[in-house]
Amino acid sequence: MQHLTFSHVRLVAVGASVALALSLAACSSGGSPTTTTSAPTTTQFAFLGLNENTTVKDVLTSLQSGACASTVANYPLNASAYAQAQYDQQLQLLAGQNALPNLLVGPNAPALAVELNTAGDLVDFKQALSDVGSPNALLPAAASVVQSLYDGNLIGLPNEFNIEGVWYNKKILSDNNITAPTTWDQFTQANATLLAAGVQPWSVAGKGGDGWNVTRLVGNYIFRSLGPDAMDKVAAGTAKLTDAAYVAGADAVSAWGKAGYFGTAPTSIDYATAMNTFLTGQAAFYYMGSWALGDFNNTDENQIGADNIGFLPFPDVTGGTGSHDQIPANAGMPLMMSKAAYGPGSQAWLKCIADNYGYTSLSEKGVISGFAVNQTISNLPALTQQVQQIMASAPSSVLWFEAKFSAEATTTSQNDAGPLAEGTMSGADFMAAVQADLG
Amino acid sequence: MKRVFSDRKTIIILLAPALLTYTLAMLVPMVWSLGYTFFDGSLIRGFTYTGLSNFTAVFHDRKAGQAILFTVKYAVTITVGQVLLGYLLALLYVFYLKRASSIIRTLTFFPVVLPTVAVSLLFSKLFEIAPTVGPVNSLLQALGIHAMNWFGSGSNAFIVIAAMDIWRSMGFYGVLLYAGLVDIPDDVIESARLDGASGWRLARNIVLPLSWPVVVSAVIFSINGTLKVFDSIYALTGGGPGQQTTPLTLYMYQTSFAYGKYGYGSTIALTLTIMCLLVTLVIFRSSRKDLTA
Repeated sequence: MQHLTFSHVRLVAVGASVALALSLAACSSGGSPTTTTSAPTTTQFAFLGLNENTTVKDVLTSLQSGACASTVANYPLNASAYAQAQYDQQLQLLAGQNALPNLLVGPNAPALAVELNTAGDLVDFKQALSDVGSPNALLPAAASVVQSLYDGNLIGLPNEFNIEGVWYNKKILSDNNITAPTTWDQFTQANATLLAAGVQPWSVAGKGGDGWNVTRLVGNYIFRSLGPDAMDKVAAGTAKLTDAAYVAGADAVSAWGKAGYFGTAPTSIDYATAMNTFLTGQAAFYYMGSWALGDFNNTDENQIGADNIGFLPFPDVTGGTGSHDQIPANAGMPLMMSKAAYGPGSQAWLKCIADNYGYTSLSEKGVISGFAVNQTISNLPALTQQVQQIMASAPSSVLWFEAKFSAEATTTSQNDAGPLAEGTMSGADFMAAVQADLG
Repeated sequence: MKRVFSDRKTIIILLAPALLTYTLAMLVPMVWSLGYTFFDGSLIRGFTYTGLSNFTAVFHDRKAGQAILFTVKYAVTITVGQVLLGYLLALLYVFYLKRASSIIRTLTFFPVVLPTVAVSLLFSKLFEIAPTVGPVNSLLQALGIHAMNWFGSGSNAFIVIAAMDIWRSMGFYGVLLYAGLVDIPDDVIESARLDGASGWRLARNIVLPLSWPVVVSAVIFSINGTLKVFDSIYALTGGGPGQQTTPLTLYMYQTSFAYGKYGYGSTIALTLTIMCLLVTLVIFRSSRKDLTA
């Protein structure tokens, strides 16, 4: 083998450097803004959504080719998606690199959105909607929910507007001579009657992180017994979840679990199974949000019939200061816009979304959003119309149990919900574990 | 060739690409992660130096303590299970099945090549109670025993996890230890037999001491692997119910990536590294004592 000289080494090093530089240059795509040599100049409008929910992408795509075809023509939609489980992590990475897309689905944890906003990464829509000439694009109730979620800031667009409550199987109740209950005690009685008749009273999911529908029961019990500001006091540190009045909420749910009202093994039931259990007539009650209307109105999925499903507000608690007309509401995972990427393209799209999203979402996807609907829609399913009426008539709303928790406390709460619903975890232990994460 | 390898520049050229890749892909992230242990913050807020507060937090963190205990319990149980059963399989291959062992070796090794998630799904269905009753609970019911919610409590879920991971890996340890046993000279075994040793005495006094180095290697291999368990538990129980089957790796993952606490997550990772190092050292030292005894 020929002896290698230093000049050879230098030659190799220079060659490698050039190759590396060329490969790096080739790899850099230049990010979302792309320009062409021919006029007019187009700039891509980047959108980041979730793999699990394509509704937003579908509506935006429809708007691009339909209602907004002329206004956003120079800003073609460039949609990408990420798995919901790792979504917050991805947003943190993008924000850390100042590379948030123009439009994004907000993070799972509201606390992360507040953090992004504090760092100056998000657009405030109160001003932005006025700037594009659509200051009244949002339903006041929906805007209020978004603001209460994000420390009073309107940094999210409510692409969903959901109410939550107890859906029930009318036939099962009438077969067992049960009048639709309105208080927690009446529900307890109804549960006992149903169980004695061999009917599973509730369908709940408690597997892993799917336990949120159980913690909704805990939170709503607390709202009904202590009033709508009960969880704000916990967030402010003036009350603790380990206080007796708060523990009572978890204890009430645990007692139902111990009595077998949630079925044999809630820790083995995931979201889809719980939905299926209710829609195949195997349980009488089901706590869920109105986003499930799509499933309820789907005749393939719903074997008990949409006409057979009724809605009850979360019941009153005897002696409590809250009321059943304080409807639990949420705005799903609101849409947000990057302040760094905000420009003519984002403005054009914001105008398009503000004026058209509500109608397109409801008419094409059957999803009720927090945007004002600018046209009349005929042939809406009866159940959807009923929910719209409840939304319109509800005097006020409350958030949910974990709305103001850190990501860690939320995980603990939703993971421990399974054992709570199974009755193997006491209310005191549940609350102590969550409070420990809240500090 | 000798001239080439005696040249310093040649050595640098040959080593540099691998060394550079290893440094960039392994050492830099490790040192970076070590640096994070002294900081608190996130990619959005930025990081602030907090000294040793992450280390003191580990000692006061109930969940970290629970995760460490679970990890140790899991590592000891699975290591004992997979090495012991692996060793018994190896003895079966060498002393009973002999040349006919290849089919059994293949069958017991088969679970090793199955994807972890597939195995986890298989076991979750086997031990299911709701919405449908799985084969294990059906069997219990047929025997007049109440069906159990295997995933409803940490202790029951641990039994399923242990059964799954031992079943999945004992074939691998069987083959590993088989390689050690076939190295024992036949004449040594034969002479021991002529001296009257058989069965348990042969295994205890002849086979085990002669195969001890490979057993120690298997134990170190196993304990380090089991201390770092992640995928099988994540896929089977997700660490639940509650936090009851959460190993340290899963807690580290949640802390770093779900809660955005990169500094504290790195500290948990360092804790796990120290645990692995200590366990390996203890095994090495104790095995050395045994060999010289």
